[in-house]
Amino acid sequence: MDGFIYRISGPVVIAKGLEDPKMYDVVKVGKLQLIGEIIKITGSDAIIQVYEDTSGLRPGEPVINTDRQLSVMLAPGLLGSIFDGIQRPLDKIKVQSGDFISRGINVDSIDVEKKWHFVPSIENGMEVSMGMIIGTVQETSLIMHKVMVPKGISGKIDGLKEGDYTIVENIATIKNGNKKTSIQMLQYWPVRIARPVKGKQPPEIPLITGQRVIDTLFPVSKGGTAAVPGPFGSGKTVIQHQLAKWSDSEIVVYVGCGERGNEMTEILSTFPELKDPKTKKPIMERTILIANTSNMPVAAREASIYTGITIAEYYRDMGYSVALMADSTSRWAEALREISGRLEEMPGEEGYPAYLGRKVAEFYERAGLVILLNGLIGSITAIGAVSPPGGDISEPVSQNTLRVTRVFWALDASLANRRHFPSINWLNSYSLYNDDLSKWYAKNIGEDWTKLKSLAMEILQQEAEINEVVQLVGYDALPEKEKEILDIAKSIREDYLQQSAFDDVDTFSSIRKQYLMLKAIMLLHDMERSVIEKGVVVEQMQKIAAKSMVAKMKFIKESDIESYFNDVKKSILDIEKLEVIKA
Amino acid sequence: MGDVYYKTINQITNVLLFVEGVKNAAYGELVEVVTPNNERVTGQVLDSRDGLAIVQSFGETRGMNIKGTSARFLGTTAQLAVSTDMLGRVFNGVGNPRDNGNPIYSEEKLDINGGTINPYSREEPSEFIQTGISTIDCMNTLVRGQKLPIFSSSGLPHNRIAAQIARQARILNSNEDFAVVFGGIGINSEEANFFRTEFENTGALERSVIFLNLSSEPSMERIILPRLALTTAEYLAYEEDMHVLVILTDMTNYAEALREVSAAREEVPGRRGYPGYTYTDLSTIYERAGKIKNRKGSITQLPILTMPGDDITHPIPDLTGYITEGQIVLSRELYRKNIYPNIDVLPSLSRLMNQGIGKNKTREDHRGVADQLFASYANGKDLRSLTEIVGEEALSASDRKYLKFADQFEKQFVTQDYKEDRSIEETLDLSWELLANIEVNEAKRIKDEYIKKYGKWDTNGSK
Repeated sequence: MDGFIYRISGPVVIAKGLEDPKMYDVVKVGKLQLIGEIIKITGSDAIIQVYEDTSGLRPGEPVINTDRQLSVMLAPGLLGSIFDGIQRPLDKIKVQSGDFISRGINVDSIDVEKKWHFVPSIENGMEVSMGMIIGTVQETSLIMHKVMVPKGISGKIDGLKEGDYTIVENIATIKNGNKKTSIQMLQYWPVRIARPVKGKQPPEIPLITGQRVIDTLFPVSKGGTAAVPGPFGSGKTVIQHQLAKWSDSEIVVYVGCGERGNEMTEILSTFPELKDPKTKKPIMERTILIANTSNMPVAAREASIYTGITIAEYYRDMGYSVALMADSTSRWAEALREISGRLEEMPGEEGYPAYLGRKVAEFYERAGLVILLNGLIGSITAIGAVSPPGGDISEPVSQNTLRVTRVFWALDASLANRRHFPSINWLNSYSLYNDDLSKWYAKNIGEDWTKLKSLAMEILQQEAEINEVVQLVGYDALPEKEKEILDIAKSIREDYLQQSAFDDVDTFSSIRKQYLMLKAIMLLHDMERSVIEKGVVVEQMQKIAAKSMVAKMKFIKESDIESYFNDVKKSILDIEKLEVIKA
Repeated sequence: MGDVYYKTINQITNVLLFVEGVKNAAYGELVEVVTPNNERVTGQVLDSRDGLAIVQSFGETRGMNIKGTSARFLGTTAQLAVSTDMLGRVFNGVGNPRDNGNPIYSEEKLDINGGTINPYSREEPSEFIQTGISTIDCMNTLVRGQKLPIFSSSGLPHNRIAAQIARQARILNSNEDFAVVFGGIGINSEEANFFRTEFENTGALERSVIFLNLSSEPSMERIILPRLALTTAEYLAYEEDMHVLVILTDMTNYAEALREVSAAREEVPGRRGYPGYTYTDLSTIYERAGKIKNRKGSITQLPILTMPGDDITHPIPDLTGYITEGQIVLSRELYRKNIYPNIDVLPSLSRLMNQGIGKNKTREDHRGVADQLFASYANGKDLRSLTEIVGEEALSASDRKYLKFADQFEKQFVTQDYKEDRSIEETLDLSWELLANIEVNEAKRIKDEYIKKYGKWDTNGSK
């Protein structure tokens, strides 16, 4: 039986007369059939959060229960798309409603008419169960889509045949006893429920991002979790974009949650032109965008994070490594707060609901390096931006996030002000993956990589201490050895950690290039120290060629970096020729 | 339900009216409230249920009573009649003329809440707007379709700076139709007069639409006013192909009004008493800037807000900064040093700068020069505070050069006259002039080829 609207207060609508409403059922509200979700039931009242603007709704208008939970469509055709928070494709919305998004639009998330070439990967007659791969579709030139057995179905497969199918056409039947089920490429999954896996694996491979400060000092592993809190203007979004562009995950899901419209547009206009450094294919072919801009309905913002991670899990289940960027989780938490306030729930800290911590933890727990139901290994790396009010991370969203994530990239306004980007503060940030990854580093980068890294960190620490002394006595009063530390620390900061996202070469550094760059700086350090022992002063070294060569290293193309490194080594040797100036 | 006057008001606060017995008022529906003296005040439904509508009044509730006050539900959400006749006119906070002219009659009526631009339909803003102010053009570049607020504080010359931008802003090599929409939110009459005279003197008045709510007028109008201004701007931009600059001042007054309504509704307050939805609410204003593919016009927003207590972490500037595409921050310290425009470049930012600068747009060396100025000035300022403790003598030779650079940067680059309109070439050349104060090998942010081409160092690498 259909119900009717009793009360409207912003995005929250109370309906009466629904027959046996269930929690999290999707409902269609009002004459416009706005999509909503039941989030609370009291007696005969169903309290609904509506995913679209409720202006103009009147008490008495109908409410229809669809009897299903908020779900996403999963099938070939997801890659390269841009969806809103509840998986409606923005390009098709544009066709229906023009440049401005209107309400009550009903479109399929994925094209159901397009034919895909399906190739079976198993024989008819085999026993199959949920998650098993039965065939493939070349979804984009970069990604092979693997068609899997949907939930709740197992048995003997039959009728598999290579050919062109739409996502709703039958591709096979699965027979279990007397029960025969036809299956299609399309499957649905409720967004609030994690897709099942066999088990989690410890992290052992780093996600290579091409960003030096991240890969070198604060790496995140494939399947890891990272938080990026920072005040506005500190470059959170640029970091998220850089990771989406250059990280070596096979699939990227980017959730723009309550952020700027122009930022999504920027991704839409730049990504199709950018090429993946390894495969040279447009990176848009591996990317899925979820956009709920700040002026879109707040309830859909709450859903957008779940929509994103469910799609990520789907590709993970094919055995891919997936990176999920959420920018910004604070807007998601604020959406929770807003809805909670409208429900007149007792607020926890700073007005956030008491269950904020649980929700944050649940989200990050869906990341991980996992053994899949089909025996393959897949991973989701979750990287969440946090926008703490006033940049103060003692607030609840930051704190709840830091409790569950293992990497913390602390963005620093004072670094951003001097245009040191990425503005990741090297003293406050941390990564708990460094130890897990050291074996991989030794094998794939160089035995001395871990040593170089910790030496660099040590020098930066020392710099901070020496600078405190400088505050008291001035630079001139320092011993030459400490002046040299400051000199090398400056080189690490400016020539290594600082990286321009807008320079064609500097925007991405391969791990090999990072190794050579850091090695060069440390060779310079060793040489400087040894000539200082002889009595040479730091001032003399300011104009030597080796220093400016090291400084320019970041702008050297990947193809030329080995020979450039050899030139740098030679020029460092010239420092030995510096002579002691007699006073 | 248009003709029914409900006399069933049972509760009145300073902004809210509770009307009983209303069966089905639409959420957001406009309401006309008639006071016992037959004054008419507009309001809007904030909460609607079977039997009760909570109405927010945009005018004063002074003089309203339970017995004699009635409410009529108008059947529509708030709309504004728009036409090009609005150019050159002045309106009040609810869209009625305040210049003794006729009201605007038009077939075209637009919902004042606007729509959400589909991100898929947006065009990435990329056209450089030359404001003639070096600190903006070179270091925090404004582009067409951007929302770039001015973060000011009480007593600082933000109005002059905004007026100077409005006067000088232009697109290089272009002569397209433009308009200015000015929204004065709770400002005093002197400020209002200042802008009016400014627009008159520069001949921009006939290209302007002005909405004014003075500080003495009902604060609830301040919630409507920016939406009227932006609806007008959207009409001019997307229907009439104009490039519209929207100046909204002072957004702090807007947020105060928002807090007032929230408090009256007894909502759970967020930070400093502002409602939890302040971010979402502000975004429905700021996000109405932009460009749309295949449409000629554009909306560039220049909101002005005053930071209470000069505090950039106060919720109003904080939430604004998270929505807008950068910010121009004014500094009291520079103002005390008698520097105009007192723009503090370090905390200022333009997020869309990169799209608008470089070869074929401004000049190839722009990015590097800007980064170098930022880094060098930041360094110079750090050293300046250091010398206060240890004295200049304790600095190394190269550090002393940074000190000199910082001083000259403030005196020559930041400082310019209210009437001085610097071209971007002049600004960049001046930058190179100043950068020659530091060692050439310290200029790591700029590519060698540009240093060779534009650098003003002598052969020794110093000035």
